[in-house]
Amino acid sequence: MFVRRTLPLLVSAIFGVALILQFFVPHPASKNFYNMMLDWLIIVSAFTYLIAVQSTVELHVTKIKRKVEGWQYSIIVLVSLFVTAALGIFGGAFMPTTLWMKIFPSVKPSDTTPLMYTYLYMQMPMQSTIFSLLAFYMASAAFRSFRARSFDATLLLITAGIVTLGRVPLGEFIYKGLPDVVEWILKYPNMAAQRGILIGVQLGIIATSIKIILGIERKYLGGGK
Amino acid sequence: MKNKIFFFILILLSFVLSFPQNETVKDENGLKLDPAILKEFTIKDVRDDDGTKLEISCQKILEGENYLFKLYRKEENDTTLKVVKTFNSFPVKIVDEGLSYQKKYDYYISVTDSLGNESEKCLITGSVSPKPNLFRTEKTILLLMIIVYTAIIVFLVESVRKGKDLFVRKISGLDTLDEAVGRATEMGRPVLYVPGSSTMSDIATIASLNILGPVAKKIAEYETKLIVPNRDPIVMTVAKEVVKESYSEAGRPDVYNDNDIFFLTDSQFGYAAAVSGIMTRERPATNLLLGMFWAESLIMAEAGNTTGAIQIAGTDAVTQLPFFITSCDYTIIGEELYAASAYLSREPLLLGTLKAQDYFKGFIIILITLYFFILLISWLTGGHIVFLDKILEMLRFIFKS
Amino acid sequence: MKFINFINNLDKRWIYLVLALCIIIPFIFPVGFPMKTTPPVKSIYDFIEDSIPEGGVVLIGADYDPSTMAELHPMAKVIAAHALSNNLRVLFVTLYPQGAGMAQDAIDNVLREWNKSNPDNPKKLGKDITLLAYVPGVSAVVLKMGEDITQTFNEDGYGNKLSELEIMNGIKNYKDINLMVELAGSSVVLTWLIYANGRYGLKMGIGTTAVSAAEYYSYLQSKQAIGMLGGLKGAAEYEHLLGKKNVYGGRKDASIGMDAQSSAHIFFIILIILGNIAYFVKKKKEGK
Repeated sequence: MFVRRTLPLLVSAIFGVALILQFFVPHPASKNFYNMMLDWLIIVSAFTYLIAVQSTVELHVTKIKRKVEGWQYSIIVLVSLFVTAALGIFGGAFMPTTLWMKIFPSVKPSDTTPLMYTYLYMQMPMQSTIFSLLAFYMASAAFRSFRARSFDATLLLITAGIVTLGRVPLGEFIYKGLPDVVEWILKYPNMAAQRGILIGVQLGIIATSIKIILGIERKYLGGGK
Repeated sequence: MKNKIFFFILILLSFVLSFPQNETVKDENGLKLDPAILKEFTIKDVRDDDGTKLEISCQKILEGENYLFKLYRKEENDTTLKVVKTFNSFPVKIVDEGLSYQKKYDYYISVTDSLGNESEKCLITGSVSPKPNLFRTEKTILLLMIIVYTAIIVFLVESVRKGKDLFVRKISGLDTLDEAVGRATEMGRPVLYVPGSSTMSDIATIASLNILGPVAKKIAEYETKLIVPNRDPIVMTVAKEVVKESYSEAGRPDVYNDNDIFFLTDSQFGYAAAVSGIMTRERPATNLLLGMFWAESLIMAEAGNTTGAIQIAGTDAVTQLPFFITSCDYTIIGEELYAASAYLSREPLLLGTLKAQDYFKGFIIILITLYFFILLISWLTGGHIVFLDKILEMLRFIFKS
Repeated sequence: MKFINFINNLDKRWIYLVLALCIIIPFIFPVGFPMKTTPPVKSIYDFIEDSIPEGGVVLIGADYDPSTMAELHPMAKVIAAHALSNNLRVLFVTLYPQGAGMAQDAIDNVLREWNKSNPDNPKKLGKDITLLAYVPGVSAVVLKMGEDITQTFNEDGYGNKLSELEIMNGIKNYKDINLMVELAGSSVVLTWLIYANGRYGLKMGIGTTAVSAAEYYSYLQSKQAIGMLGGLKGAAEYEHLLGKKNVYGGRKDASIGMDAQSSAHIFFIILIILGNIAYFVKKKKEGK
């Protein structure tokens, strides 16, 4: 219980208060403590990728073992994971390693590395495709949901129409002052509404942080209470 | 004739005026800095710093001179002089940075004429060392705000603990959580819980994991399958703990499956694609999208909409809210996400903090309204009322702090 | 009525098909509408053009991956090219492993194009432009850079010691950076604004996807950011401004895509109008 509950609560309380105080104390000792904390954070972050690899491998190995539906794809995931890592380690990230150049004498230091090759010609097109889906989904969502059901919805609809048109050169071609109208909408009505939400959100963020530091909020440690 | 005399006097006068008439620098023996200028120099420690800065200033007014001044620094036990700054006009204020509070420094000044002849370097004053400070005075208001806010929270928590009843308005998105989980049980399909695309340093993610606890408990009671795909390894680890604990609390640790909470990828859209894939393949009856989302929000929400799942989304990312509102059945907006933990558990301690948020929000609204009206009055009266300007200045200082 | 029924029961896939055509056709038959530069874009351009002395430093945050490259990659290239044209030093930094590939591609591209169009003023990797090595930790990295950049990274992305690189001469922390332009489609923009600008006073510009652009207007008004490039149009406007200088011959990726975006937006508006007509006719019919 002490290790799973009390200790994490103590750690978050002590370091939470210490880092808040550190912000107000400019003394070199406080600065050194702050720098040490940042170094720790960076070191811990580096290790999180190991957890990611462990989780991915465990999940897909289990899928293959149990032969769950689509288990063949898990083989592709695991092979891709290890081949990409091997290419990066032995071939270099942005410049070919000496080992790689020894194995393949025709490779020059200015050549594209195998890792960069997979990045440019596999990852780039695949990920761009996913992002481009957004345009299609937006079209269907706009068609399905953008209805002038009430006065508010009509107002929203007209504004959306103006902004959509004003954000492209064609809008400017239709009416020269349209980009200025769009800028005005984004700068004033849009910002006023956003700020209202943001103030609430930021207070929520501060309150949650204080709750965690004071140990009032502990659900993130697991359990309903 | 009169004009000629006048013109002659004028030329003479301009010569006299343009000649370096200040007590600056030259005497018969060559270039020398006037001791009067040297006396005007002051060296003082910079306030609110870490003991690495000294301010060297001179209030003397000197214009129209064609001389270059060099400020040198020398460590007490060192012989080398380092140029801190070169300048050619007065008054001057130089902040020398990168010093050590454990060392003493001497400052020298010299003057160079247009021919490049440099005078002797004169010591400004005795050895000085910067002092490290223990408090940033310019942040006092911020510290006060934090103390006040924390005090309000603690006070309200205490009063709730003593039995004070607090009203919390209805949040339909959260009320429906039970129903949504129940629906999945009836249909014999899983519940998909997406804790957002961000890391643990985003408070929205923590808020999401706070909701995951009670949701997982309910799911364990119903013996429904819960899938939690993650984009961040740390979030995944915490999510595993949260779910495992909740299952134990519900008395069903046997139903917990470690492989249902897993890491997908740290790529933003790769994650969205994978989550959409899970929605299509596993066909969850309920999709809960709670946490921080960006441009990928619509991809996930639309994929879920296509499969016909009941969708509850919640985020504080303002620009993504419209997408969730169009594609999901219920949307938890902005701060409601942070209120969710208290709302679901009805725990008095957490409810107290909600009230504190409201009080502070009220305080900010009062300040903004006050600022607006004073600004309006000041504008209408042409800015002639000094008293109002002082209040405006004060409010601006508070806002900036 | 038949038409209204057709609209109400329209299969999503038809919408997808027409949208695809709306995007593809303008690439084959470009029109090239003239474009006005908006103030948020111009202020970043003007700052690099007029307010940074020769040898100054521009830090570009490449915190995006290939998915958002369509909008953000042209920004990285055009801002880097603009900085080089003013003889400024360009440092790329990324907080995500995926961004390192993007930054590397942008550096490669800009250097190649620059040296092709300016053989008399060639730019060199490590002297005029480089990529700082990827270090995990996101906000911790942003904060640590405010203390000491060389200590945070040790090396550049190509394995060279930062302390030995010519480009790093006189650069210790944010105080030595004249402008930082953060390019991201996620809230990492806020991480930079809160920690680098808020805590260390780093002068910042923003480049983000069109979907997220509206979120950052409040930071422009509060002057936490000097300007913003919103989506493909922001990048196209910047390309247009740099084009007037006539110093860089690189491909204008964003400007090429503007016709496709125009036609897609028009299609969106038509869809919304059609959807509303069908909705009102149906409502009227049901009312009867």
